[in-house]
Amino acid sequence: MLTETSTQRKTYFEELQARGHSRRDFMKFCTMMAAYLGLQSSGVAQVTEALKTKPRIPVIWLHFQECTCCSESFIRSSHPIVADIILDKLSLDYTETLMAAAGHQAEEAMHKTMTEHYGEYVLCVEGSVPTGAVGVYCMIGGKSSMDILQEAAAGAKAIICWGSCASNGCVQSAKPNPTKATPIHKIIKGKPIIKVPGCPPIGEVMAGVLVHILTFDTLPALDGIGRPKAFYSKRVHDSCYRRPYYDAGMFVETFDDENAKRGYCLYKVGCKGPSTYNACGIIKWNNGTSYPIQSGHGCFGCSEESFWDNGPIYERMVNAGGFGIEENADKVGMVALGVTAAGLAAHAIATNLRKRNVVDELIAEGKQSEHELKND
Amino acid sequence: MARIVVDPITRIEGHLRIEAEIKDGKIDQAYSSGTMVRLIEEILRGRDPRDAWAFVGRVCGVCTTVHSLASIRSVEDALGITVPPNAELVRNLMFCAQNIHDHVVHFYHLHALDWVDVVSALKADPKKTSEIAQSISNWPKSSPGYFSDLQKRLTKFVESGQLGIFANGYWGHPAYKLPAEINLIGVAHYLEALEWQKEIVKVHTIFGGKNPHPNFLVGGMACSISLDDSSGINAERLAYVYQLLKQAKEFVEQVYIPDLLAIAPYYLDWGGIGGGLGNFLGYGDLSTSSYTDVQNYKFPAGAILNKDLSKIHEVDLRNDSEVQEFIPHSWYEYAGGDGVGLHPWQGETKLNYTGPKPPFDHLNVEEKYSFLKTPRWKGNAMEVGPLARVLVGYASGREDFKEVVNSTLAKLNVPAAALFSTLGRTAARGLESILVAQWALEFYDQLIGNIKNGDTRMANMEKFNPESWPANAKGVGHTEAPRGALAHWIVIEDQKIKNYQLVVPSTWNASPRDQEGKSSAYEAALKDTPIADINKPVEILRTIHSFDPCLACAVHLYDEDGKHVSKVQVL
Repeated sequence: MLTETSTQRKTYFEELQARGHSRRDFMKFCTMMAAYLGLQSSGVAQVTEALKTKPRIPVIWLHFQECTCCSESFIRSSHPIVADIILDKLSLDYTETLMAAAGHQAEEAMHKTMTEHYGEYVLCVEGSVPTGAVGVYCMIGGKSSMDILQEAAAGAKAIICWGSCASNGCVQSAKPNPTKATPIHKIIKGKPIIKVPGCPPIGEVMAGVLVHILTFDTLPALDGIGRPKAFYSKRVHDSCYRRPYYDAGMFVETFDDENAKRGYCLYKVGCKGPSTYNACGIIKWNNGTSYPIQSGHGCFGCSEESFWDNGPIYERMVNAGGFGIEENADKVGMVALGVTAAGLAAHAIATNLRKRNVVDELIAEGKQSEHELKND
Repeated sequence: MARIVVDPITRIEGHLRIEAEIKDGKIDQAYSSGTMVRLIEEILRGRDPRDAWAFVGRVCGVCTTVHSLASIRSVEDALGITVPPNAELVRNLMFCAQNIHDHVVHFYHLHALDWVDVVSALKADPKKTSEIAQSISNWPKSSPGYFSDLQKRLTKFVESGQLGIFANGYWGHPAYKLPAEINLIGVAHYLEALEWQKEIVKVHTIFGGKNPHPNFLVGGMACSISLDDSSGINAERLAYVYQLLKQAKEFVEQVYIPDLLAIAPYYLDWGGIGGGLGNFLGYGDLSTSSYTDVQNYKFPAGAILNKDLSKIHEVDLRNDSEVQEFIPHSWYEYAGGDGVGLHPWQGETKLNYTGPKPPFDHLNVEEKYSFLKTPRWKGNAMEVGPLARVLVGYASGREDFKEVVNSTLAKLNVPAAALFSTLGRTAARGLESILVAQWALEFYDQLIGNIKNGDTRMANMEKFNPESWPANAKGVGHTEAPRGALAHWIVIEDQKIKNYQLVVPSTWNASPRDQEGKSSAYEAALKDTPIADINKPVEILRTIHSFDPCLACAVHLYDEDGKHVSKVQVL
């Protein structure tokens, strides 16, 4: 069992009570977490029970080549109790960004956890490890990040790679990768590794991954490259509220054009939603306020491996599978002819204009509702 | 003489290490070293200039947005792109949200615990605390019951033996001077600020889709104004932004500033410590018309030398004899050797690590000792940041700056000279927050006014297509990041980035010595800082933190034989 630990540690519920939170606060937290984990309402009880009875998992959180956007995203997690319990008390025995202790005292705390809870703590890593020039491109306290990682990983039960830096190397590993920035899974072998990519990942996703481990005594189900299925199994494209425009061949041609104001699909201005697996379209950002596509900019695939080298941000993907307008009757012939991407684009413009004209005509005829439009 | 090593044990971005020597109870010499490098400038070579904002945005996720902003401006400058007024205003609003967020988080979560004793708050009288709170502010959370509940929660927390983020502080150190009641107010607002900080960033989410790292666009912004579509910036989105800005202004005026003014009187001696260089540099930003219209900047540009507020020197970022970067103590090499300084358009970024192989105890500070280059303005070491901005505004004769500065000096009953200090640096950050929170609402009104007048343009895409670009172009883009003057220089050739150089605030402030052995701002400010107890040098933390180092860093102390004495946390 993943949470099989010393019984001296308090449970989440006990901690919350000690911190002055009510049972109602606790239930709100459990309900939210169950929702994030995609559970039915019956799952709330499961989460509640787990948090009431399971002792805390010690967590060590390290920082290497990174920009701290992951930590920042984590503290943006929207529910107050997430901030209260996950951040400063419950499971984070050691977190360089958030704990008061640093230097000698912090190292002591880390070594205490590493020895007393050998084999049972979760190691979180934010940042990549530069393997160039014997590790001098990231040194902490006179030690290389490689040495620090190896030491901390040895007794870890599992490793969580926060963000794209730890999961796939992110920006510093983009060509020519001058410091040989390396993701964690290429260095540490023989440990369960959970990748939570994104630049940064969504705060609630980070909280959700931690709570899943605590709640179910298991690591979350991972996809073929180690990402939690709960948050990375859907393409941004497939959960996009603008998807109908893609399917209808109605596109933004350039930023801030008339089609942009109408909220059409951003595929032609470079949106990488068709090749990106993330929960942005579902959970959204900053307590559901918005997400890149909703705010008019295409997704640039920040949770995908090597996304910095997957073509310029504003260049249309030429190999987007399942191009939406293929589904349209008027498209089938084009596919049969094997037209090029440019041909598709030209076709899409024509389709777009035609559909727009149809809609305009219907509006001009004084139709008042979607229903009326559909019935025409 | 004792040898001190300040090391970034808390492993944040910017990984700072300071080595220093203590003589007669004071810091005699300090050496600042950056020990992490990613070489994003090299990675940018050959890429699409329109993408640069996304790469350089990842320089920092704490002061997220500022590098992206400087980047798109550098490209727009190179290509002669005029940005629509609405996009300028949206960028200004994002600037303001970032600035206020950063300053509040710095004050409460990174700096306050240098002055506020959490453990002492347990002894506070809630009734008296309430009276003090209500006497300094109208902030509603100020009843005796509120403070009593908080104190009970804090007591349980401490009694649990698990101090969490408050563990291992210097609680009880004689340098902590606040009454218990003010300490309790500080703790209450520490927690409230943690809640509040995730709200103000939603301004970025609305306009840029997410925070951290919202999206920007060369030519404008991607968030179209569309009053008739649920995807665009419509009445609901604008009302949301207004609400967030209004809340931010309330938080600054009713929580941050009253706390600053309540705490400062107990630490007026810090108005004479940590002054440092006395040279200040600001590039300016926040124009009421256009970014290119420098005359209408809310933050005026200029340089101050030797604390002389009677003269503002003009700064020209294009002049290759003004801003230059040197590497005599930096782990880089220039084709022209270590003796030359390079303007960023001619900048080179070739690593040459010559330091000790890790693990090591000491750096050789006589040789190269940092991954930061050493920038100079006309040969001068310059301090950048809120204090520089406030002084440039004050010395420029701007009424709004004079009002907040003079009223604060009067309230604290200290002379203007107290501004050149650790306390002045911390106070300046608060003072500019008052102004920025007011300006944000002005920019918001301007945006609404434009839309009312029928201008809904958000991006100028005329020159977005690289085929419309000249074969060669170069540009510079600047802004004022929370931590100080920031500029990016770009050289474009055949539609690709040929050279890209960033000179960031931390480079100005935290860089190693120059070719003449002159210190930069951190090293200069630490010089002569008194250290009462070498094992608990809270004094170092106060001065280092007054510059707003990104997050936590830590200090290792060694005795004169290099033997480990103790290590110090920097909260």
